[in-house]
Amino acid sequence: MNDMTLTERNVDIKDIKIAASNVQVHYGETHAIKDVNVSIEDKTVTAFIGPSGCGKSTFLRCLNRMNDTIQTCSVKGNILLDGEDIYDKRVDVVQLRAKVGMVFQKPNPFPKSIYDNVAYGPKIHGMARGKSELDEIVEKALRRAAIWEEVKDRLNAPGTGLSGGQQQRLCIARAVATEPEVLLMDEPCSALDPIATAQVEELIDELRQRFSVVIVTHSMQQAARVSQKTAFFHLGSLVEFGETGQIFTNPNDPRTESYITGRIG
Amino acid sequence: MPTFWLIACLFLMSAAGFILGRYRAVLSTGGEVRKLHSLPSYYGYNVALSTLLPALAALALWSILQPLVIDARVSGMISTDMNSENTSAELMMSDVQRVSEGLNIAVARNEMTNEEIRVMDADTVDLRSRLADLGIALGSEVRPEILTAARQHQDMTHAGRLMMTIVVVLLAIVGFARSYGLTDKDFRARNVVERCVFALLALAASLAILTTVGIVFSMLFETISFFGLHSWKDFFLGTTWAPNFRGDSELSILPLLWGTIYISLIALLVAVPIGLYAAIYLSEYASSSTRSFAKPLLEILAGIPTIVYGLFALLTVGPMLVRIFGRGSEGLLGLTWMTGATSVLTAGLVMGIMLIPFVSSLSDDIINAVPQSMRDASLGLGATKSETVRQVVIPAALPGIVGAVLLAASRAIGETMIVVMGAGAIAKFSTNPLEAMTTITTRIVSQLTGDTDFASPETLVAFALGLSLFVLTLGLNILALAIVRTYREQYD
Amino acid sequence: MKTSLDRHSGGSLLMQSTRTKRRNAAETRFKLYGIAAIAVSLLMLMVLLTTIVSKGLGAYQQTFITLQVELLEKKLDKKGNRNLTDIKKVSTFGYAPLIKASITETVEELGIVTGLKAKQMAGILSKGAAAQLRDYVIANPGRIGDTVQFRFLATSRVDGYLKGRVSRSSIENDKSIAPEHLDLVDSLIEAGLIEKTFNIDFIIGADASDQRPEAAGMGVSILGSLSMVLVVLALALPIGVGASIYLEEFAPKNWVTDVIEVNISNLAAVPSIVFGILGLAVFINYMHLPMSAPLVGGLVLTLMTLPTIIISTRAALSAVPPSIRDAALGVGASPMQTVFHHVLPLAAPGILTGTIIGLAQALGETAPLLLIGMVGFVASNAPDSIASGLLSPNSAMPAQIYEWAKRADPAFYERAWGGIILLLLFLVSMNLVAVILRRRFERRW
Repeated sequence: MNDMTLTERNVDIKDIKIAASNVQVHYGETHAIKDVNVSIEDKTVTAFIGPSGCGKSTFLRCLNRMNDTIQTCSVKGNILLDGEDIYDKRVDVVQLRAKVGMVFQKPNPFPKSIYDNVAYGPKIHGMARGKSELDEIVEKALRRAAIWEEVKDRLNAPGTGLSGGQQQRLCIARAVATEPEVLLMDEPCSALDPIATAQVEELIDELRQRFSVVIVTHSMQQAARVSQKTAFFHLGSLVEFGETGQIFTNPNDPRTESYITGRIG
Repeated sequence: MPTFWLIACLFLMSAAGFILGRYRAVLSTGGEVRKLHSLPSYYGYNVALSTLLPALAALALWSILQPLVIDARVSGMISTDMNSENTSAELMMSDVQRVSEGLNIAVARNEMTNEEIRVMDADTVDLRSRLADLGIALGSEVRPEILTAARQHQDMTHAGRLMMTIVVVLLAIVGFARSYGLTDKDFRARNVVERCVFALLALAASLAILTTVGIVFSMLFETISFFGLHSWKDFFLGTTWAPNFRGDSELSILPLLWGTIYISLIALLVAVPIGLYAAIYLSEYASSSTRSFAKPLLEILAGIPTIVYGLFALLTVGPMLVRIFGRGSEGLLGLTWMTGATSVLTAGLVMGIMLIPFVSSLSDDIINAVPQSMRDASLGLGATKSETVRQVVIPAALPGIVGAVLLAASRAIGETMIVVMGAGAIAKFSTNPLEAMTTITTRIVSQLTGDTDFASPETLVAFALGLSLFVLTLGLNILALAIVRTYREQYD
Repeated sequence: MKTSLDRHSGGSLLMQSTRTKRRNAAETRFKLYGIAAIAVSLLMLMVLLTTIVSKGLGAYQQTFITLQVELLEKKLDKKGNRNLTDIKKVSTFGYAPLIKASITETVEELGIVTGLKAKQMAGILSKGAAAQLRDYVIANPGRIGDTVQFRFLATSRVDGYLKGRVSRSSIENDKSIAPEHLDLVDSLIEAGLIEKTFNIDFIIGADASDQRPEAAGMGVSILGSLSMVLVVLALALPIGVGASIYLEEFAPKNWVTDVIEVNISNLAAVPSIVFGILGLAVFINYMHLPMSAPLVGGLVLTLMTLPTIIISTRAALSAVPPSIRDAALGVGASPMQTVFHHVLPLAAPGILTGTIIGLAQALGETAPLLLIGMVGFVASNAPDSIASGLLSPNSAMPAQIYEWAKRADPAFYERAWGGIILLLLFLVSMNLVAVILRRRFERRW
């Protein structure tokens, strides 16, 4: 099986979900992101690739302002979600993050039951009017994360007792339970074995039906397999951004080519 | 002080041994130091240690055992002599010891001579008043048999000391001679010295166990003799604490335990919310500059000695509370609920202030042990910081926080100065926090200070209280440490 | 689905939904609780420190009364031969009339009108004034017959009047002083004979009996505390370091080691009063060491601080990286040489810091000292040698403060607060040394 095979994709013009322009990020003295412009389309999987430390995770965390938790971090430039600047003073990060969910590199279930893990988001956002509605939301999220069949009999067991792949799918279920419009995934498969990775990748493809997904990955094969758009970051700059097929077969920039063919990175 | 001189003498011999041993080692190679197995100084150390250690060990052992042996023999003499008397042998023994001690002091101050003592007749000489002049108070007139026993006690002590000195010096000489004889270029001095040092290090480490054993046994023996004089039922199940020196005391731990727990509870009610919220604010919200300024200030509260808090309770907080809740029309609220400055609330409030930094620094550690990924997950879902703290961080840290609270409780139960100065001395079951109450620690202090008679239940009860306190705090600590340890392992 | 979605994310990001507003209000409240908690703690610290300073600073000032006393020969040395043994036969009672005469004369000279008799007037002087006079005469028998100027301590009431603690209304029920005394004091202040000056005797002097709070000082108990700290240093440092080296570097991993380690962490949390009971039972009742002796106090505090020192020393030892040990062992040093030549010197700053903090803890501890009898008497004699410094009864700073706090006269409370200032100064300087050591020598591996 050739990993580099590109699936046929319908290349319709879709709405721009997130438009980032001239984004600069500083960590204290370090200039981590230099002048990045990216448009993320709705109902599309966008992959960020690049060597370690190139800033792709940092940029991802700008999209739902998770960088706010780091004191020394400062973000300049514009990031528009549906035309609204998410770094506007009036924006409430809580509402923003409800719209832009996130899945992290290492599976990080809360030390609570599987049910409570998934129900946490809907509860804090007040999405369910009663217990039965909450049950429904939890079941739907678990089904979407393709883990329902495995856990439906032990919803009260602790989430930390699951295997790595199951934990990560639980975290995805937890993220989709709040019905976000964009789902950010920060190397969601780096801590998983190949079988679990395949399951998560399959899941990502399904999630595309409802959400816009942005995924940071180390693996070029994974980017090629799951994404429609790919952005290549190098040393904090966005080198190239375009159709995944085009990036992998016919890159414009020599640096992209070197990376894809394994000469840098 | 002869023991002092004996020890000084041993050290002198040992120093001489070092020089001689080193010299002999160098000599044995004809000045060719490289032919030695070990560095020359190791030969010196070997001789020095062989001279010093066995002698010192013998000295220590003898000093510990001699009183035991002598006491046993003298008390054997008394009990065979005087079965008719109804005073307990222990009481008599303590009299004998006091008289013997008094005679020693008298001789040391040149008030009496040894000859005078030897011919002294208890019926003609008023020993009690003569000793009282020297500052040794005796409970009763010195009876002849006690004087005889005291004389025996003294003779045996003198003989024992003389023998000890001889044995110790002999041991030092033998040790010196043996190791000096062994000193030779092929002798593995370094290995021997290192083994010795290793043993000393192990000994130092085992002192911790010795201390615990000492604590347990010193209280256990006295507690057993207390239960010989006083019923254990009254101690554990009675309801009144009323010591009096006529001999019909009621000594129950329960009212004291109630006071202790009540005060600790108030202290925890003050310290846990404030300490916990302070820890949460410092670890989750505060900027690093706020933290670097507030944390050391909080730690100052922890470094203040308890006597300061005690004085604060007695002279500031107590009178302030009286002004609020007492004094009738002159007070702030016109109430007459409180009369004296000492009360459960006084001690509890001040102890609470003392415990704030204790709770906050422990909780801070524990909250910081919750992995950042937990917080990220919650924040990434759109939770606010407080929702994250309340619903994710605190539940995850709960076992650790429970452990911290238990440690704080154990601190509160064992705290002495604040309650001695702020809580009062009345043992009772009451729920009014404005009344004075007393605690286990204050009673230990009051039963063991001043003129104490170590044969009366009123004094010995302090040891039973001490043992109960020790068991209580130890149990809390072990529980708390176990909880904290399993909690930490969860995130390691 | 759409309905539930609307509730949290429908609409603009720039508009806060009602639910978000509510949640943000809860957030603000929660944060305020945190700030309030910090504020309350810091406020308590401020209140505590200002109380100590405002109430204690007074102890460092004392009121003195300057008087010219004629050392009448016919009273002090009837035979006139300046024989010291004869002079010593005159007790302090013999000196009291001289003071009375002196104060009467002064009052008359200044033209002060007072209803007090001579004997009553002398009541503004400390009860130790006669003894001060006698000591002077015995030291300078040659001055008998002259008129000498003396600075006498005023009684604590007069002292309190100058410091604002005593007023005409507060002494209504006081037998030892009357409003007329205060009138007299006012006149003498005007004449410049009564003044408040710095009181070095509070720092270096000895404790005084119940009757003379104005003469009580911390000096002797400072010596007691220092002797105890020396004992702790001499015992706890070597034993603590030895135990730590054993546990950190040599101990086999077995149950004995586990027991020792659990033991040490538990000993660190045993209430200090329990160590006092141990000291009473073992050192005093069993080993017959003298009661109230700093040696015994030092032994008890050693046992109490050992766990602290062991825990910090072990932390310092384990902070030395294994590569250092490997390097030493690699050139053929024995494990013992490795530890003593390389690991221990590198860990020394950390060990010293921990030791100083342990010593500070020992210096401030009171409860165990109560049980071994370091309170309840007047620590009036400074020890004259090292041996008597360790073995003769003495007090310690916190014990002395407790002793003053127990006495009935409120003048002692000022002394107690003043003593606390001194104690805290000692503790602060010890901690400063520890901080400086850590800053100067701390090595990050």
